[in-house]
Amino acid sequence: MSTETPTRTPPSTVVVASRGQRFTGAAVNYVDERTSISGLVRELGRKIFPDHWSFMLGEVALYSFVVILLTGTFLTFFYQPSMADVVYNGSYVPLKGLHMSAAMASSLDISFDIRGGLLMRQVHHWAALLFVASIGLHMLRVFFTGAFRKPREINWFIGFVLFILAMAEGFTGYSLPDDLLSGNGLRIIDGMVKGIPLVGSWISWLLFGGEFPGTHIVARLFTLHILLLPAILIAALGAHLLLMIINKHTQFAGPGRTNDNVVGVPIMPTFAAKAGGFFFIVFGALVLMGAFFTINPIWTYGPYDPSPVSAGTQPDWYIGFADGALRMMPPGLEFDVFGHPLSLNIMIPLLVLPIFLGLVAFYPFIEAWITGDKREHHIAERPRNAPTRTAIGAAGVTFYAVLWATASSDLIATHFHVSIEDVIHSMQLLVFVGPVVAYLLTKRITLGLQKKDREIALHGFESGRIVRLPGGEYIEVHEQLDEYERWRLVSYLDYEPLMVRPDERGRITVAQRARAGLSSWFFEDRISPPTTTEVEREHASQH
Amino acid sequence: MSKFSSKIRRVNSPGSQRKTGRRSPLATVALIVIGLMSTGGAYAMFSSTAAAETPAVTQTTIAAGEKLFAANCATCHGLSVQGSATGPSLIGVGAASVDFQVGTGRMPLAAGGPQAEKKPVQFTDSQTKELAAYIASLAPGPALPSSAYLKGDGDATKGAELFRINCAMCHNVAGAGGALTAGKYAPALSGVTGAHIYEAMVSGPQSMPVFNDLNITPQEKADIVTYLKYLDKNPSPGGVDLGNLGPVSEGLFIWIFGLGALVAVTVWIAAKAN
Ligand code: HEC
Ligand code: HEC
Repeated sequence: MSTETPTRTPPSTVVVASRGQRFTGAAVNYVDERTSISGLVRELGRKIFPDHWSFMLGEVALYSFVVILLTGTFLTFFYQPSMADVVYNGSYVPLKGLHMSAAMASSLDISFDIRGGLLMRQVHHWAALLFVASIGLHMLRVFFTGAFRKPREINWFIGFVLFILAMAEGFTGYSLPDDLLSGNGLRIIDGMVKGIPLVGSWISWLLFGGEFPGTHIVARLFTLHILLLPAILIAALGAHLLLMIINKHTQFAGPGRTNDNVVGVPIMPTFAAKAGGFFFIVFGALVLMGAFFTINPIWTYGPYDPSPVSAGTQPDWYIGFADGALRMMPPGLEFDVFGHPLSLNIMIPLLVLPIFLGLVAFYPFIEAWITGDKREHHIAERPRNAPTRTAIGAAGVTFYAVLWATASSDLIATHFHVSIEDVIHSMQLLVFVGPVVAYLLTKRITLGLQKKDREIALHGFESGRIVRLPGGEYIEVHEQLDEYERWRLVSYLDYEPLMVRPDERGRITVAQRARAGLSSWFFEDRISPPTTTEVEREHASQH
Repeated sequence: MSKFSSKIRRVNSPGSQRKTGRRSPLATVALIVIGLMSTGGAYAMFSSTAAAETPAVTQTTIAAGEKLFAANCATCHGLSVQGSATGPSLIGVGAASVDFQVGTGRMPLAAGGPQAEKKPVQFTDSQTKELAAYIASLAPGPALPSSAYLKGDGDATKGAELFRINCAMCHNVAGAGGALTAGKYAPALSGVTGAHIYEAMVSGPQSMPVFNDLNITPQEKADIVTYLKYLDKNPSPGGVDLGNLGPVSEGLFIWIFGLGALVAVTVWIAAKAN
């Protein structure tokens, strides 16, 4: 309290606000009278954040993006997006006196001659890797808990766009130093573009402003990297967060957690404080990585020159799946059609990958159509309670993982002492077999888990305690769950396959038939949750 | 990336050309001459001419080398070094090749495997030199490099550039090694001595092409040695180099340690909430 308050003040006086408090109050009032922001703050502040750890993965993505913005701004102060030829004269000895682009030279200067530059570069790059990785994990969480269902389908799609934008940001950024590794990466992009029949060469010429590598590409990528892509990304991010607030979070089922409420901590003040702390943890982790672990040592890669190609040339991890798809293509897929080359080895990845990504992007709509489910869902499903979806997800993850692993086929070969041909052949097999096996296995496992849950909900745990009844009969005592635990196990929705129904004109369309078929595939194997009657009957018979 | 495999093939071809190229035309002539001499019982004459040209120390060295060879190598390479079903002829491979193969422990060959691997060295330095002197005495071939080229005081920039152009496609830009076809691989180059680097270039072991003095001059070889030594002596300015394996190790690192640690933190924070 204010020190000016006289000591003999009667005890009933109102508490006098300190000067600081009065200032804050006045300032807040000033702002609010002019912006009416208090309503928004109140709304936002009341937003409830569930307290399961998996809900914080999106935050990791958000915070690494903030770190990317901060460090990236620093980098733009010193980086020169130009392919003009210069002679490097900085302090890294094994490159001194070499001709290179201004982009490469300035990246080296950032690394060696600008105070804190190397740290900033490395933190920026690590943060970029973390950004995409955390988005990926966040997407998996949303997928496997069914949090993309109505009303959140659109936000899933926006999130997917963010994922693609993050990869595009990563790729354009990776190419900016104009070093040998990223140049090889661009060369592959060039090759892929040129592999498109008829228009490929034209597109490549437009992109590079002439024959690869030309003198424009770095400046163009820079514009994309710091202007266009971030602008779209931030807009999409804003929409994503806004929709998240409007739709509220999902939550796992539990006592008092229903489809109509959200249980957790409000953003103001608890969550905001925690989140602020968490931001600094993410920031700190990234700075530690940047300080102690080399990333993208462009100084060993050297300046780009179209002739050398290094062994072990890989893109950053998030582009790996595309590189893997290229590496996986068997030989003999190039044909000549009326004097035009037809490179199926490039066309197949160029077609398959967008289909795969398209399935990811539109999955919520596809599933909603198949299930015919138009209800709103605010309870996160446990993966086991949606066996088919979980199995589809596992198959997708396996497919992606195989492509990803193929991108490091050469390192797998050298590190496990196997021949690279064997690695590639195994991957070619796995890319087809793996997802199927993963699908079947996951479905079995999820159904098994569901069955176990049902057993436990109905009969409790086996306690291992054998009791002799007065009649001489021995029984094992089952430990019953309490109401709270049982709630978690039994509260999930039961679905049934859609029936084929004729439309108004009494016809059964092909689409209807397909839908019914898909729906029965989706739901034919299922374990229904025990009903209240079942539970009660069980208990009555046991006591 | 995917260009990689075609690149290997392209690079491999000079290697296979070399095998035939070295046999012709000079090598063939040399082989015939040697063959005639050894079959004609002219061996004594041959060694006496060698004795006439070389100092006595070398003469004993050669004799010691011959003994070592007969005991350790002849089973595969033949008693008269002419080769056998289990090992190639060593006529004309030169002292450099022997010093490299024996000095890095690749020879005597252990059984199996797609390529001769580095092993603990089985001979002392002087024994290796004796073997080298013996093989060199049979026919001319690339000699041991002069120590002037091995000091690592050449032009690192030039060496780095030459390395990127001539070696990186197999050994990786950072010299971290790389896969070749059929289980063969180009080894990582950290910790290899200057002499062995130089000898590898002049002798072209197995799938590696020969870089003769017209391809890469001795001074340029010295530059490459300088660069590789620079990499050895100077740890990565960016911190731990994660094996110099590029984006693959970086990707694994971010998933396992980066995201792994942060997920652990989220679990911890969420647990604190309850
Ligand atoms: C088990 C059989 C075997 C033994 C024992 C063996 N080598 Fe070899 N050596 C080979 C084979 C096979 C090759 C060819 C493949 C290669 O280069 O690895 C070879 C290659 C070489 C080469 C390289 C030839 C070239 O073209 O440059 C040299 C030099 C050599 N051996 C020296 C020796 C010496 C010296 C010894 C004894 C200390 C020895 N080898 C023992 C099997 C053997
Ligand atoms: C076609 C691929 C290829 C190229 C190009 C190539 N090498 Fe090699 N290099 C190899 C292979 C394969 C080996 C392993 C040979 C063996 O084990 O006998 C090797 C071995 C070596 C070794 C021995 C390493 C050790 O661990 O003992 C050195 C040193 C070496 N190379 C240096 C170079 C240099 C310097 C260049 C460029 C001037 C170069 N190589 C170019 C494939 C290549």
